[in-house]
Parts: sequence; structure tokens; C-alpha cells
Amino acid sequence: MSKTRPEKKKWDVSDIQKWGPGRHEKGATIPESGNAQDYKTGGWRSERPRRDREKCNDCMICFFACPDSSIRVENDKMVDIDLDHCKGCGICAQVCPRDAIEMMNEIKACKLEEK
Amino acid sequence: MARKAITGNGAIALALKQVEPDVMAAYPITPQTEIAQNYAQFVADGAVKTEYIPVESEHSAMSAAIGSCAAGARTFTATSSQGFALMWEMLFIAASLRLPLTMPVITRALSGPINIHCDHSDSMGGRDCGWIQLYGEGAQEGYDNAIQAFRIAEHMEVRLPVMTMIDGFIISGAIGPVETLEDDEVKKFVGEYTTLNPLLNVANPVTVGAFDSLGGWYFEHKVAQNRAMDNAMKVIEEVGKDFGSLSGREYSHFKTHMIEDAEIVLVAIGSAAGNVKTMVDTLRAEGKKVGMLKVRTFRPFPYEQIRQALSNACVIGVMDRSDSYGAQGGPLFTEISAAMFGGETRPKMFNFIYGLGGRDIFPDDIRGAVETLEQAAAGEQVSQTRHYLNVREG
Repeated sequence: MSKTRPEKKKWDVSDIQKWGPGRHEKGATIPESGNAQDYKTGGWRSERPRRDREKCNDCMICFFACPDSSIRVENDKMVDIDLDHCKGCGICAQVCPRDAIEMMNEIKACKLEEK
Repeated sequence: MARKAITGNGAIALALKQVEPDVMAAYPITPQTEIAQNYAQFVADGAVKTEYIPVESEHSAMSAAIGSCAAGARTFTATSSQGFALMWEMLFIAASLRLPLTMPVITRALSGPINIHCDHSDSMGGRDCGWIQLYGEGAQEGYDNAIQAFRIAEHMEVRLPVMTMIDGFIISGAIGPVETLEDDEVKKFVGEYTTLNPLLNVANPVTVGAFDSLGGWYFEHKVAQNRAMDNAMKVIEEVGKDFGSLSGREYSHFKTHMIEDAEIVLVAIGSAAGNVKTMVDTLRAEGKKVGMLKVRTFRPFPYEQIRQALSNACVIGVMDRSDSYGAQGGPLFTEISAAMFGGETRPKMFNFIYGLGGRDIFPDDIRGAVETLEQAAAGEQVSQTRHYLNVREG
């Protein structure tokens, strides 16, 4: 979760799966802002970026290039990649001047993680 | 109350001036141009405080209107024909965002061949875009509908955009008598604008136009949209009654003329209703049991009430000023047919298409249509294929 996200949530959507036509705001308006983050797009990914901490010098080029704001940064350091939203486009790997990010087949990466 | 000699467009521009919405986003197009032009003059003269947004196309006019309305401003625009067609994708968005926009549509044929004159191809083509549609016969109804549109659109149980039609040139450009209300009467009638989830309320930020796909609630939102149309059915009548108390001119979904004992009924929409009414009177004087039903509300379509009103008719002739290519008939015909199919008795239905591209319709054309219907009433075999009035064959 990014730090800029407003903590306050005024919209109770706990049972939204059951909502019929009358329960929603008119015009599909969402009565709060900054909620694109709630839409997890990580499931679209077929390739996963993996970062080599040794090679990375926190230059932030990937941070600026990422179209999904999936490069997590804390205290001027690249912490990790937000896999809930990374779609696996590979731009970060492409722009990295130190070849510190490699794209790996998603299934392979998952299996590797299980081990 | 004053009686003015004014064009259809002038009457509508005056109605809008009296409502004085916050924003107008407009692009000129024949035959609507006079509305955009007159309103620009009101703004330039300081007669209204409306923010006037001149744009580079109708797609932008509707987009700007959507943005303005979502921001929380009472907004309107106006269009015709190709402009209407260019707005197409944004019309659906305005309706699905449940924005209470209003828009006079000065009906005109769609190209091609290029033609600037009246028919209903533009507005009838947009019948499924989710807007409420009210058709006026003359300048008076254009003026009255333009005012009522705000009350209908902004009703909290409706919150849908409303377009009000008058016939291009025939009404929009012709000078006729119009009973107008006083400015303060109109302002009081439409009332203060109530916003709903406005974008400009920074204390309460909202998201408008979000993605809602597979696994989401698109379907539920669409059902809600159509239920709002159901609600509009009642609200249009309430507003029409209120307008009657104010002006003496009460409105409902349709008007009938001599249909109680009529065996043959003609259904008309728009300016041709005047011609049909005159011919009904002529034929009545000849002892023929003929009547007329004039449709005002096309969306939502008052199918139950119309079925009820036409339940005594043996033969119905529906007059369409637009065609639906490859369909059994024009848009009004298919709606009336669907309405009558749900009834106990099924009258014989015939479609007469007339006036495309501004082609005149003469009393004899209407008489000819009634003769066709009389043949059917007498049990003769009459083709169910759509009939065209005043078209050159050969």
C-alpha cells in the first residue's frame, strides 16, 4: 500500500457482492476518490519482474517508467515491486541501466517462490 | 404571460434564457444554429450569467456538457442531425452517468445524400442511448418542453438527461404565436438546481466514470438506469400537470383527438400531427370514424397507456418520419405494434413513412393513407409492407 492513499474509507462495501441495482450510487459513481488501487491488475501478468538487489543502485529510472506505479519506494530506496498491480509489461527491465531487473515466466516464478 | 410572434428556435432559446442554466456548451449546426446564436447573444449582452463554452465539434459539446454537469453545474446544449450523430458515444455516457442534462434537438435528416431538412432520423436513431425523449408538435410545445425538461431530468428518482425535439425548419424556422411565461415564473417552476455527488466538492471527493467490467456491476447499473426510465414515466406526468397549473397547458405522454369511437386511428409524432388532426376533422365531417393519437413521450415509451387508449381501434396507421432499414417499419410503428401485441385485441397495423429529407406531406397523402386503412377495415387484403407517402415511383 502506498503512503499517499487516504486511510479514511467512508464507503462500506463489505457485502457489495450482493448489491442489486438499488444499492449503488446513481451513475456508478464511487463516493470516494483514489480507489484505482483497489482494482488488482496483477492477475493479468504472464511475466514477472525480479530485481537483483546486488546490481540495483536505486537510480529510480524504473520508478518513473512504470506505467502502473508498481515500483515501491521508501526512504529513497527501491523496496520491491507491487505484484498486486504489476501487469508484467517489462518496461522496468527494459529501462534498467544496470540490468538489475529480469523478466521471468510467471508460472516458473510462482513455483520458485513455493520452494 | 405574453403572446409573442417567434420562431421555434427563438422560443426554445427564450425558454433556456428564462431558466438561465449555469453552463451552455454549444456548437452550431443547421437548423439548430439559431439557438446557439441567440443564446450567445444573451450571454454577450449580459442578459444571463451562463458560462458559454464554444467548442470545436458536437462530440466536444457533449463531452464539455458532461464534464460541466458532473462538476455540479446545471448544463444544456442543443443540436441537430450530423451533430447529433457525432455526439453518439457521449450520449450514452451522459445517460449512464445519470447526468440531468437537457438538449433541444431540432430534427433533421442524416446524410447521405446530404440533406439539411426535416425528418426524425437523428433523434430516432438515438432512441436507445438512454435519454428521455419528448417530441413537440409546434413552437409552443418546443418552448414548454424545454422548460419541463429540467424538472424531469433533475428529479432525484429520475436523474437522466432529457432531449426535446421539434421539427427542423418546419417549426424551428417558422414564425408563429407562442404564449410565454414570465422569467420569474419559469425560474420558480424549475427551482434551484440540486447537485448529486458533484466533482467540484473537494470536501467529499468522488470517482465518476470508473471501470466496471466482468465480475463487476455493469449489469446492475444498467438495470438501475432502466428503472429510472420507469420512474420518469410518472415524473413526466407530474411535471406536465404542474406546468398545466402554471400555464394552462397541461402535458401528458400523448394526446388524443376523436379516438373514443374511432375505428381507424392514425398515430403521429412531431409537426405532422397538426396536418393529421385537420384531416381527421375533415373526414369526421364526411361521417368517417377516424381519430388520432399524437405521441409526446417516446422514451420512456408509454406502451400500457397507449395500448389502453387504442384498445377500441380496429385498424391503426402509424406515421413515421424516419425509416429503419431492413425492419418491418419505422421506429414508431414497431413501438406501437409491440404495445398492441400485449393487448387482448389485436388491431390491424400499417406503417406509413413520409417526409424523409423534408419532403412535404399534403392533406391528400393523409387521406390516401386513411383510404388504405379503410380497405383493411372492410376486410380487403392490404399489404403489411411499409407504405410510403408522397414518394415518386416509376
